Amino acid sequence: MENQIIDTEIIQLTKEDFSSDQMVKWCPGCGDHAILHSVENVFPNLGIRKEDFVVVSGIGCSSRFPYYMNTYGVHSIHGRAAALATGVKLANPKLSVWMITGDGDCMAIGGNHFIHTIRRNIDINILLFNNKIYGLTKGQYSPTTPKGHKTKTSPQGTYERPFNPGELVIGAQGNFFARVLDTNPKGMTAVFMEAAKHKGTSLVEIMQNCVIFFNKAHELITSRETRDDNQLQIEHGKPLIFGKEKNKGIVLKGTRLEVVTIGEDGVTESDILVHDQYEKDPGVHMMIARMMPPEFPVALGVIRSVAAETFDQSMMDSIAYEKEHSNIKTVDDMLNSGGTWTIE
Amino acid sequence: MTSKNSKVIELEQVVIRFAGDSGDGMQLTGSLFSDSTAFAGNDFATFPDYPSEIRAPQGTVSGVSGFQIHFGQKTVHTSGDLADVLIAMNPASLKANMRWVKEGATIILDSDAFIEKGFDKAGYKSDPTTDGSLDGFKVIKSPITALTKEAVKHLDLDMKTTLKTKNMFALGIVMYMFNRDIELINKYYEKKFKANPLVVDANKAVLAAGYNYADTLEIFVNTYKVEPAPLEKGKYRNITGNVATAWGFIAAAERSGLPLFLGSYPITPATEILQELTNHKNLSIKAFQAEDEIAGIVSAIGASYTGSLAITTTSGPGLSLKSEAIGLAVMTELPLVIVDVQRGGPSTGLPTKSEQSDLMQALFGRNGEAPVIILAAKSSADCFYSAFEASKLSLEHMTPVILLTDGSLANGSEVFKIPRVADLPAIIPPLAEANDPNYKPYRRDPERLSRKWAIPGTPGLRHRVGGLEKEDGSGNVSHDPLNHQRMTLLREEKVQRVANYIPEQTIFGSEDAELLVVSWGGTYGVMLTVVEKMQEQGKSVALAHFKHIMPLPKNTEELLGRYKKIVVCEINNGQFVKYLKMNFPQFKYQQYNKIQGLPFMVAELETKFNELLNQ
Repeated sequence: MENQIIDTEIIQLTKEDFSSDQMVKWCPGCGDHAILHSVENVFPNLGIRKEDFVVVSGIGCSSRFPYYMNTYGVHSIHGRAAALATGVKLANPKLSVWMITGDGDCMAIGGNHFIHTIRRNIDINILLFNNKIYGLTKGQYSPTTPKGHKTKTSPQGTYERPFNPGELVIGAQGNFFARVLDTNPKGMTAVFMEAAKHKGTSLVEIMQNCVIFFNKAHELITSRETRDDNQLQIEHGKPLIFGKEKNKGIVLKGTRLEVVTIGEDGVTESDILVHDQYEKDPGVHMMIARMMPPEFPVALGVIRSVAAETFDQSMMDSIAYEKEHSNIKTVDDMLNSGGTWTIE
Repeated sequence: MTSKNSKVIELEQVVIRFAGDSGDGMQLTGSLFSDSTAFAGNDFATFPDYPSEIRAPQGTVSGVSGFQIHFGQKTVHTSGDLADVLIAMNPASLKANMRWVKEGATIILDSDAFIEKGFDKAGYKSDPTTDGSLDGFKVIKSPITALTKEAVKHLDLDMKTTLKTKNMFALGIVMYMFNRDIELINKYYEKKFKANPLVVDANKAVLAAGYNYADTLEIFVNTYKVEPAPLEKGKYRNITGNVATAWGFIAAAERSGLPLFLGSYPITPATEILQELTNHKNLSIKAFQAEDEIAGIVSAIGASYTGSLAITTTSGPGLSLKSEAIGLAVMTELPLVIVDVQRGGPSTGLPTKSEQSDLMQALFGRNGEAPVIILAAKSSADCFYSAFEASKLSLEHMTPVILLTDGSLANGSEVFKIPRVADLPAIIPPLAEANDPNYKPYRRDPERLSRKWAIPGTPGLRHRVGGLEKEDGSGNVSHDPLNHQRMTLLREEKVQRVANYIPEQTIFGSEDAELLVVSWGGTYGVMLTVVEKMQEQGKSVALAHFKHIMPLPKNTEELLGRYKKIVVCEINNGQFVKYLKMNFPQFKYQQYNKIQGLPFMVAELETKFNELLNQ
């Protein structure tokens, strides 16, 4: 079952090629709609045939995603999308495999598959819809719900410390981590393109809003009034500068990051940490991924993008090597290998 | 080969048990003797018996490793009940194995190991060779350790290497006892230790020393010979159930023209299937060791969606973990073979012991109405054909299949006639054609009720599947009540119709026998041995051994109806008998169950069947 992925020039696709005929059933105002539109905008521009995409999901609101994309797709079971996507990719490494998951699906019930997929660096793209709540089961806390937040299963507020997906990804030796807002279609499109081009597991955390069960979960980062001081749009090769006046920046002081104001205490723009998304050492990437209000702004954009060998490629290389060097060329050779005897 | 000092007696069949400490190399000793048995033209079956601890304390009963071989001049169906010959390299191995030897058996001991220290470790209060414990047995006490040291003295080896060869002294004695040619074993050393000529010389010297010792000292009054078995012409090999299972899948992939994908997680006693398939990258096999049982099966489902012959392998506890995912394969109607190498349960249970206690789990252990095809392999070599058939049915009917084997089949080995791949049945998966304008994901073949398989990458067939209920035909998500009922019945009917594609149940014995013995799966060898033996004695007994469990063969009801007395024998507390009662409540069933992590013995079954015949 060999597939060909043809050059961009030859493939002329549009958004319409990927829109499915199914009615989109997410709540009005849900952040998922914007994500869907961005993905529909990205797929036609990757130079990949439409039949070479496979969209895989687990369970949850976000996991209905494959039904809304006109591609090959599997809506699997809770937490297991990463394992299913792994099987798809290993069975045919030429396919472009996209996994759609949510905070509960990915980091609670699916936590084990998530970290191992990243560790192996299988060449799939994971879009993690992080709305910090369980939506489909109607409002229980998730592994990313802020500590102290009241939900149906935490009436006095949670007393669990939330996961930060970026920390998990980098901690599991991940090589691509980006974060975007569901309110920023341009940002999503740009980051999804980069994720698609990255060889290896790419993880995009989309800070997505659930209008029903945790509305305004990302308010501080998204609202007009507060966002400038609480988000930092990072870009490779550019200093980490933010704020309404573009005068705040991040510096590396000793072993930790610190927010400074340019022009105060003798700080100039040249003191500000310059982002290098290709740096192999994960130390600074981890620190950037960990930045959270109120002390820090949230970093948005591609935080880490490092080339490394992928599991699927290693497996194919290993098969090619064995096929060339083994004496066993056919199944009959195998059956007749080792100790045999003949009865005349 | 020198002329012999003893008289040669011909035997029909023999069971030999090699036992020693885990580090004594008894598995190698056993397998070398198996090779010479093959060379002698006998039919045979073997079974290794080793502790679940990797390195249990030396010299203790829990550290004993054994290897049993049963060979004969007639067809051999089992690795044997009780041993005619026991080789015990230390007191612990004697203690652990006394219950497995026949009355009057020959027991060969390393007398150098039968000392105070060894008795203590084994838990003997006195020397079993002198306190009367071995009265009635032919005991041959040989100073194996001392003679081994003597045999390699000229080679100037270190003590560790020297002692490692003492198993070959024991092998030399047994080779003499059964009139075997030791040249074959010498050739094995030359090949195996090519890089280390000193080790070749040491092993050769010790083997010859053991052989000559037995001859010169006339330790046996008689030696024995088993004439070649009347095996069909052809090429043969020895094969374990786990390797046969792995190879059956490889052959099925070849015959179906599909790539083979295994997603699996190591678990006793199924791990060797994963290992074997991992070793066949040379045939493009993709074997993925997942992070857990669930990822094992779910990755296989992903590979199945992508057009591979996809399988997952496990044992009971792993099957429990895979339950939800099996439901996904049922709902998405994708081919998938799940191998359950059964072991003693529940929970962790008896990991290294065999049982048939996962039948109910295989039949019913899922949420919702989730029927799957179930096959049960009947012998180690039959694992090859069972894996092949499981693949064929799964692919051609677009339905998951559970293949039940068990620890005894998996680790046991028997003689396997090597087939030619081209002679195996064709496998034709129902692949959808590119750009088929009429393609609908859940449109069904009118006969089999299978849907078409549309592989990612194929133009014109983009579609979605998933765990939500599907609309008949289109495969769109549907919560329509009547559709759900229709789909549930279709999935059930699809599995039931497999009965049209499997052989009818056969009977070994007469149609009007007084007693019908019913069994299934891995007990075939012992059941056949008992029934054959009783038939030779003129007893009115017949055997129906089931390999197709779900669906049952079409003639099952008619066949059971012919017999007045039916006894269902299982290594569990009566699961297949419950299944038969559920399907055919009109018949009266008796049952014989053993739940000790041990196989049936010929004698116990014979006693039970005679009792039933006399009722």
